[in-house]
Amino acid sequence: MTIREKDVPNISEVVKALSERDQEISDLKAKLLKWESTYERANKRKAVFNSGSGTEISPLYTDLDRAEADPGLLGLPGNYPYTRGPYATMYRSKLWTMRQFAGFATAEDTNARYKYLLDHGQTGLSVAFDFPTLMGFDSDHSRSLGEVGVCGVAVSSTLDMEELFEGIPLDKVSVSMTINGPAIILFCFYIAAAEKQGVDTRVLRGTIQNDILKEYQAQHAWIFPPNPALRCIVDMFDWCSENTPKYNPISISGYHIREAGATAVEELAFTLANGFEYVEKGLESGLDIDSFAPQLSFFFDVHNDFFEEIAKLRAARRIWARRMRKVYGAKNPASWRLRTHCQTAGVSLTAQQAENNIVRVAYQAMAASLGGTQSLHTNSMDETLALPTEKAARIALRTQQILAYESGIPNTIDPLAGSFYVETLTDNIEREAEIIFDEIETLGGVVPGIESGWFQQKIAHSAMRQQNEIESGERTVVGVNQFTEGSESIEIDTLKIDKEVEKRQIAKIVALKKSRDESKVSECLSALHQACRTDENLVPKILECARSYCTLFEIRDVMQEVFGSYKEPVFF
Amino acid sequence: MSEERRVRVLVAKPGLDGHDRGAKVIASAFRDAGFEVIYTGLHQTPEMIVSAAVQEDVDVVAMSVLSGAHMTLFPRVKELLGQAGADNVLVTGGGIIPKDDVKELEDMGIGRLFGPGTSTKESIAYVKEWFAIHAVSR
Amino acid sequence: MDESRLTSTSMNEVLERFKAGKPAALSRGISIVENQRDGFEAFLHAAMQTKLQGRRIGLTGPPGAGKSSLVALLTEFYISQGERVGVLAVDPTSPQTGGALLGDRIRMNDIAIDENVFIRSMATRGSLGGLAATTKEILDLMDCFGFDRLLAETVGVGQTEFEIARAVDTVVVVLVPESGDSIQAMKAGLMEIADIFIVNKADRPGSDKLVKEVRQAIHLRSGHNFKGFAGHHGPVIEVHDTAELNELDDELGWEPLVLKTNALTGEGIQELTQAIESHEEWIQGSGELQKRRKLRTEVRIREVMHRELVNRSIASRTVNKILTKRVEAVLSGHATPYSVAMELVDQFLEKDQ
Ligand SMILES: Nc1nc2c(ncn2[C@@H]2O[C@H](COP(=O)(O)OP(=O)(O)O)[C@@H](O)[C@H]2O)c(=O)[nH]1
Ligand SMILES: [Mg+2]
Repeated sequence: MTIREKDVPNISEVVKALSERDQEISDLKAKLLKWESTYERANKRKAVFNSGSGTEISPLYTDLDRAEADPGLLGLPGNYPYTRGPYATMYRSKLWTMRQFAGFATAEDTNARYKYLLDHGQTGLSVAFDFPTLMGFDSDHSRSLGEVGVCGVAVSSTLDMEELFEGIPLDKVSVSMTINGPAIILFCFYIAAAEKQGVDTRVLRGTIQNDILKEYQAQHAWIFPPNPALRCIVDMFDWCSENTPKYNPISISGYHIREAGATAVEELAFTLANGFEYVEKGLESGLDIDSFAPQLSFFFDVHNDFFEEIAKLRAARRIWARRMRKVYGAKNPASWRLRTHCQTAGVSLTAQQAENNIVRVAYQAMAASLGGTQSLHTNSMDETLALPTEKAARIALRTQQILAYESGIPNTIDPLAGSFYVETLTDNIEREAEIIFDEIETLGGVVPGIESGWFQQKIAHSAMRQQNEIESGERTVVGVNQFTEGSESIEIDTLKIDKEVEKRQIAKIVALKKSRDESKVSECLSALHQACRTDENLVPKILECARSYCTLFEIRDVMQEVFGSYKEPVFF
Repeated sequence: MSEERRVRVLVAKPGLDGHDRGAKVIASAFRDAGFEVIYTGLHQTPEMIVSAAVQEDVDVVAMSVLSGAHMTLFPRVKELLGQAGADNVLVTGGGIIPKDDVKELEDMGIGRLFGPGTSTKESIAYVKEWFAIHAVSR
Repeated sequence: MDESRLTSTSMNEVLERFKAGKPAALSRGISIVENQRDGFEAFLHAAMQTKLQGRRIGLTGPPGAGKSSLVALLTEFYISQGERVGVLAVDPTSPQTGGALLGDRIRMNDIAIDENVFIRSMATRGSLGGLAATTKEILDLMDCFGFDRLLAETVGVGQTEFEIARAVDTVVVVLVPESGDSIQAMKAGLMEIADIFIVNKADRPGSDKLVKEVRQAIHLRSGHNFKGFAGHHGPVIEVHDTAELNELDDELGWEPLVLKTNALTGEGIQELTQAIESHEEWIQGSGELQKRRKLRTEVRIREVMHRELVNRSIASRTVNKILTKRVEAVLSGHATPYSVAMELVDQFLEKDQ
């Protein structure tokens, strides 16, 4: 029962309505009591009825669970606090972007895969780099041995970046790049490659992950210590707000935190806390909140517990909006709005009976769409075994297309709003997240929490708990600890990277170093070295290096000389 | 008067991938099984691993490789151990390693390799058994 | 002692390769000593045919204070000076499982493959009072191997750590500005053994305050308010040397230095190396080093004797025979444990000469 503004505010009618409501509630309470006694007496399945995060789930949710809730918590899509979606029209205007993460071997090989994916109806690109690139090593560095092009594409210079997007118009296709430690360098390679295509940087659309805090917490692809690393990020906020207004200079990521073992609630709370930290760093450096906040974007995991995942995304939007508005004083609604990419949970995939993964991915993808994601990667069924084959990658994409075009889910906005269960979960997750924010504050903030290993230990504990639940059989994993018949025999084709890739890639660097203007190279590098010592914005300096074909490691090395390297605190 | 010899294990995370969940879980499990575990942290090169194995005089080197570089890393560690005169050290580990590769590595003298989802008990039992048969006195 | 007592040929091989300077042989030699493999004392005897002259620095302090990080930085400095460095890092064994997780190398990755560096991790193994002796023997073995510099890291919590600390030339106590550290340090008696105090994690709030507190405590102590050795005493033999060392310290009056470091950035490391150097100069110039070495040697002889006597008496047939009989006498009230023990010692010393 709602009271509309346009209704005449007749006091007696209001009083009547309220007392009717009271009556309804007490009726419901009486009925519920009866239902509960039936439930108590009934036979129940032997199972643990907990959410993925381990909180107990009631057998039934009703009106009563949210009788006290503030209707303002919901609002309408595209309106504060954005619980129902960041945009007013959501999938009625534009479906989520189907963005499959891909990259392997050399830039040329990956370029061919991108063209294939675009031909098959994919609407955005997402670059997976190999481990050497993620750690800032060139393909010919001794530390890269055996890993070049294996888990992603090797990009050691602007030249590789140019080849990666050869024939792909960067003014048309939005590109996201998963890179963190050396993000500022790869970003400059990308800008230089776009310039080479003759594209105006102001039209570039896409996202760079650039979230170093979750690297320290969970993913571990870091280079520099927190302070200089955060400075690079803020420099990018500043530069991008001027030069690439349609590009997201960060994707604040819960995905890896979750994959490392965190619960849904921890994923949400840690990620948003990291987001607040970036905002505060931006403010400290003198940026105006509304100049950079609209470009902040997010990246969440969608795991198995269907409703919890949906509620998590809804709660995330609400918490972010409130903080941005109330705590940081943002005035522009675009600063309040949390936009996110989602990926189905890699850790939920099983090596046993790998085809089952198709089904897991489909449910997770459905949760992401019901939660109102802006873009989505669906995992391939064989991802726990190796890089996806073309067929597996195609099925993963088709999963999204079936969801988008056959299921009817995108027909209406936030279809689960008003569900007693989903709304209660949303409220509860929000409350639990607030408790975690308080805890982080008592630690002195995110960075001290990282240095003292607090986040790492929380994540490790949750990982351990889940592992124990699986080993004890309390948590069922189909094909792993139950229904294991047929688990041994199945073989799927997996893609393997040829050793030749490494050789080709090394030869390319050698050739590049012969052909470029060496005096220009050393000039740019020493200018960068200088700038690292001051608080000048580093983007223009690194961009100069990128244009002159300095390599990734050359640039990283110069920066590291000034910034030092991060030493990992290890906890068990 | 000799004390009962403890199993000494080096748990190493070679290569550039940062997924140390498995390495840490196995390191803790080994400790709880009564082993002395030397943990070296992330991003180790084969040279670092072998130098540590020699200086620490371990019985076992256990590596977790998730980066796909297992065909480079395992043989390289084995080879360097041989060069250092430590052929009697067991090289074992785990990760995402396709069946064919497991076979090939085992043929090179690498010990058992454990896939994703293996329980820690299995690895502990394997190391204990190996130790009972092969451990040299030291 | 005669080298033929080396029990196995493989031990002989190790010895030969040890003398030829092979790190793998040092490593195996350490295991032999650590495991107290049969004949390890003969092995040590054969290995120790050179003069011990490595400079020894001990770092002790609470877990997580940054000892390993500092060891790595110090090592980096010493190798840049052309020295060869041996590191021994001791961590506790889990009392429940007997296992141990030794993580000190994590902090030492930057120096791990330098050919002038040798790092060994060791678990305490909870051996009854034997840890200190073993640790000291391993330090000696490393010394014989020819390192210019020996760095020993121990967790500063108990009596054993004092013993180990006494086996080095310079004791660096590492503290951090976390709550109550200075008070902890005083309680644990670290004040008594420190030649240099480090307040590490200078980037954390409270480090200046801690520096001040430590300085105050030092002054109080040099005003003899804290004279004597407070703490729990181990076996007789250990009490003996500790007391004596304390006296030496008091007479010669080295005032402990207090420095701040940040092991993440390397700030303060240069000052630390200077402080160590000036302590070394003092210890040499004052004759203190000679005294310490003399005392150390005496203690070593006593400890080996102690261990040998215990082992032999346990193995002695005479002792065991009489012991079994005399237990009855105690039970029936004709003797006491004390009279029997004295009788046994007398018998043992006479018969087993
Ligand atoms: N903030 C800060 N952290 C430090 C400093 N020194 C060491 N650490 C960190 O403290 C933790 C423990 O250091 P470690 O050297 O292992 O301590 P140990 O247990 O005393 O050997 C590690 O995470 C180090 O990175 C310092 O000066 N400042
Ligand atoms: Mg340590």
